[in-house]
Amino acid sequence: MAMTIDCKGMYYRKLNKMIRNAVEEGETEFVLDNINGQRYIGNGINEKVKITINGVPGNDLAMFMNGPTLIVNANAQDTIANTMNAGEIIVHGSAGDVLGYGMRGGKLYIKGNVGYRTGIHMKEYKKQIPAIIAGGVAGDFCGEYMAGGILILLGLNKDDDTPIAGDYFGTGMHGGVIYVRGDVDESTLGKEVSVLELDKKDDKTLKKHLTEYCEHFGLNYDDVMRKPFVKLLPVSTRPYGNMYAY
Amino acid sequence: MRCNCYIPSGCAISGMMSESGERMDGNAIIKSIALMHDRSNGLGGGFAAYGIYPRRANQYAFHMMFDNMEAKEKCEEYFNGTFDVVLDEEMPTRPGAVFEEETSGRYPEYGTQPITKPPVLWRYFIDVPENKTKFVSEREYVVEKVMDINSNVDGAFVASSGKNMGAFKGVGYPEDIGVFYKLDEYKAYIWTSHGRFPTNTPGWWGGAHPFCLLDWSIVHNGEISSYGINKRYLEPFGYKLELRTDTEVVAYLFDLLVRRHKLPIELAVKALAAPFWKDIDKMPENERKIVTAIRQVYGGGLLNGPFSIILGHSRGMVGFNDRIKLRPMTCARKDDMLYMASEESAIREIAPDLDEVWSPRAGTAIVGELNEEVET
Repeated sequence: MAMTIDCKGMYYRKLNKMIRNAVEEGETEFVLDNINGQRYIGNGINEKVKITINGVPGNDLAMFMNGPTLIVNANAQDTIANTMNAGEIIVHGSAGDVLGYGMRGGKLYIKGNVGYRTGIHMKEYKKQIPAIIAGGVAGDFCGEYMAGGILILLGLNKDDDTPIAGDYFGTGMHGGVIYVRGDVDESTLGKEVSVLELDKKDDKTLKKHLTEYCEHFGLNYDDVMRKPFVKLLPVSTRPYGNMYAY
Repeated sequence: MRCNCYIPSGCAISGMMSESGERMDGNAIIKSIALMHDRSNGLGGGFAAYGIYPRRANQYAFHMMFDNMEAKEKCEEYFNGTFDVVLDEEMPTRPGAVFEEETSGRYPEYGTQPITKPPVLWRYFIDVPENKTKFVSEREYVVEKVMDINSNVDGAFVASSGKNMGAFKGVGYPEDIGVFYKLDEYKAYIWTSHGRFPTNTPGWWGGAHPFCLLDWSIVHNGEISSYGINKRYLEPFGYKLELRTDTEVVAYLFDLLVRRHKLPIELAVKALAAPFWKDIDKMPENERKIVTAIRQVYGGGLLNGPFSIILGHSRGMVGFNDRIKLRPMTCARKDDMLYMASEESAIREIAPDLDEVWSPRAGTAIVGELNEEVET
């Protein structure tokens, strides 16, 4: 039986304390009703609990999160999954700016669009590979300074005039991979990335992530795959290696 | 009182407008800005409201702040012979006011910070004597006098000087400022609001947002790094930057570009948050020529630094971000209502069911306008 909390008018400190205390006592499932703007939900929780969020959660959702699954039945605001280590976030709406800042593990599934600076400074280490998958389009600076991880942009339901991502796409990227469904306007790319065809290993990676993505949002995998993908890779893993060498 | 605790910083803005001109009391905008309480730190809050003085819509409503009664007397001497003051009265306030409604934006256990020690707050409804406008337009004359008061009448500051509108601002959290000024008793078709987290400049009553001149009002989250350049650009046109904070330049730039130079508002936004040259190069020829000219002529008006801004004026509300979106802004529509705020939750707080919610692209103006048939 999930623990249901009516969050109307409740300050975030009180709410997050309730959740943390209950997690300590062994509670594994939460339903948060009437959420609106409460910050820091899921922050720093180390257990594999499930939290369903009904309403728009506040900024800094799931910062340093390490294990839980968050389901957001609304849009989400800015700075989700900052330095997140493990777990899953499923947003049944769009998300704001600076998504997955320095994210180092776990998965982020967004049904709609994502804002500016998605995946900025995302990183990976050995088997710890974070993934962000967005069903819509992204704003400027997508994948900026990305050092690792997987970022997938689908552009589902977008019209032909809307670019899949904004300007400065992949600027400063030096690790990880960005998969894009459809075409990329190369004039919007940062200097540090190039567009490549997918190989077999990529197909396998995509299949794994998109199968899960489609399950979360009730989409047909074959429909999603009907359009070909390209990938963005960094030209150099150490673009600034020579900057201070003199 | 809060002390020794973590303050999640930010500044907050929120605005709402009925495009059909329906007037709403101030409770909703207070509730919206209260939800973002933690974005402010209690050193400034304020509101701009349009449509609040329908029975005196033809007079300039001067909302004044005086350091003391002596300053008030001096200012009234100045008014004498400068304007025809039709009515003057103390601003209705609730000293010691605190917002007491339920909100998840603030923690009752932190205690409250009632609004105390206000300056002398007075409003004047003013006509401009006909013999004063032989050589300058009426609005130009009012602007000159506002600048003169802010610079030369010791301890007197003009909070707002438009017709059928007003600014209500001070030191404190915005929701408390709203209760202090009894905004529940006013009705407006546009409300904008601001919660301040001052970074580079002092928190004082005149330095709270909105910044107003004539019917222009500006609320701003961020920092105008180009303040020095903008100030130097504005001064030769007669603007005097006396309010010790960066946001002031934005209000005066709109006055210069839109009122005096008659640019459409969208084009003025293109001057302030100008497209990058590399993007201008990609534009179709006609647009490229226009935007190139704008950048060349208004280089000194270009705003640098991170910002999200809501401009209010008699016939509308305009939101825009800096060119690389370093501050947040969410917009939404429901029927004839347009909303803009730093966070979506601040809109949902007062309008849970929305027709449309979106984040505008950087440097792009979102324009709300009164329907043509609405008279103001």
